[in-house]
Amino acid sequence: MKPILTADKAVEDIKDGATLMVAGFMGCGNAFTLVDALIRKGTKDLNLITSDTAYPDVGVGRIICQNRAATLTASHIGTNPVSGQKMNSGELKVTLVPQGTLAERMRAKGAGLGGVLTPTGIGTAVEEGKQKLNIGGKDFLLELPLGAEFAFIKAEVADKYGNAYLPAATKNMAVSMAMAADHVILEAEKIVEAGELDPDRVTIPGVFISAIVQSTLPASNLQLKA
Amino acid sequence: MDPKELKRVRLVKRIAQEFPDGALVNLGIGMPTMVANYIPEGRTILLHSENGFTGLGPAAQKGKEDQRVVNAGGQPVTIIPGGAYFDSAMSFAIIRGGHVDYTVLGALEVDMEGNLANYMIPGKMVPGMGGAMDLVAGARNVIIAMEHVNKNGAPKILKKCSLPLTAKGEVDLIVTDMAFIRVTKKGLVLEEIAEDTTVEEVIKATEAPLHIAGKMGKF
Repeated sequence: MKPILTADKAVEDIKDGATLMVAGFMGCGNAFTLVDALIRKGTKDLNLITSDTAYPDVGVGRIICQNRAATLTASHIGTNPVSGQKMNSGELKVTLVPQGTLAERMRAKGAGLGGVLTPTGIGTAVEEGKQKLNIGGKDFLLELPLGAEFAFIKAEVADKYGNAYLPAATKNMAVSMAMAADHVILEAEKIVEAGELDPDRVTIPGVFISAIVQSTLPASNLQLKA
Repeated sequence: MDPKELKRVRLVKRIAQEFPDGALVNLGIGMPTMVANYIPEGRTILLHSENGFTGLGPAAQKGKEDQRVVNAGGQPVTIIPGGAYFDSAMSFAIIRGGHVDYTVLGALEVDMEGNLANYMIPGKMVPGMGGAMDLVAGARNVIIAMEHVNKNGAPKILKKCSLPLTAKGEVDLIVTDMAFIRVTKKGLVLEEIAEDTTVEEVIKATEAPLHIAGKMGKF
């Protein structure tokens, strides 16, 4: 059984300068309640790892806009102009990573692998400083595992063992991040007893989850925007 | 329809003819997205959305949006019967593993060696590559859909790209408002021209040298 905490309690240990992964894609699948609690707590200088920085007033985008991140590792920042402004002013150190490489580096960390060999980025700026290996006549880049102290994951349903069901396109980076981070906080719209979530419907096994938090904010960026 | 729009429709219609029945296709944002509206009758293709599903359907109707179903641009969309959801690692395994048959993307520049620049202009536009680098490196066929020249009338099909590359030597086809060009080992081959242009005009609007196909098609 995993502890079921309030959002405030769950984010208590996230200190200034911590490394945090936030799952979601353009806000779809962001843990809005956890992000909100973290912002209220005032944590700053975060090393943020996320697929993209959504929109300025939505989910993970708020961490950027409210000056809570010192560094950002992401694949796309184009929909949140504040990320670009802060990058250009030097306020935010940004590392751009191809989206598939980002997912696979986190998965590698969680899977105990020493890295992944990918053709993505060969012949581009992405290969700078990286080891290149020729396997079977084709060049690959060695991309290293990427971990974090904390991850925020959003589920529709979680059971008390932390098993989580993430519907539709909300899965995105969540599975890789849940595997990669040391402390994974799962925000769920519905928390059910063990046995009430069909084991065949588990997107993320509870083994990766550290704590569960009940969602209190609307699930969607669409609703938040309305 | 205004003339510019007509040219775009002609271009995306031509690209739509390239896909065999049953192909798995990933379409980039903007003009490439339009390709889905012109698949020839009798053929079905399956669209891949890199944020995590196959079977990407039309945009969601107003009032019927499901916040859990968005496309790679973050817009609420639908999934067709026969679609499947998965996470990012699976989605990009599908891409890198060569299971996506075609990807259609826009370009800032493309060159005679099939190099592509479409993700940044240093100092000006630095949005990040998103999934573009994986798509271009991984998809079996890479098709570029773009205007033949830029806003200032300068060629976008160059001898050598000047902007940072998205991928090296991965482009297979370039389809523009003027021309249908195949990237081959010996260079660029002009195979077809638009119905309102000439081979001479295409050559003039292209910086890279063009081999002219023996039998010139029109589209």
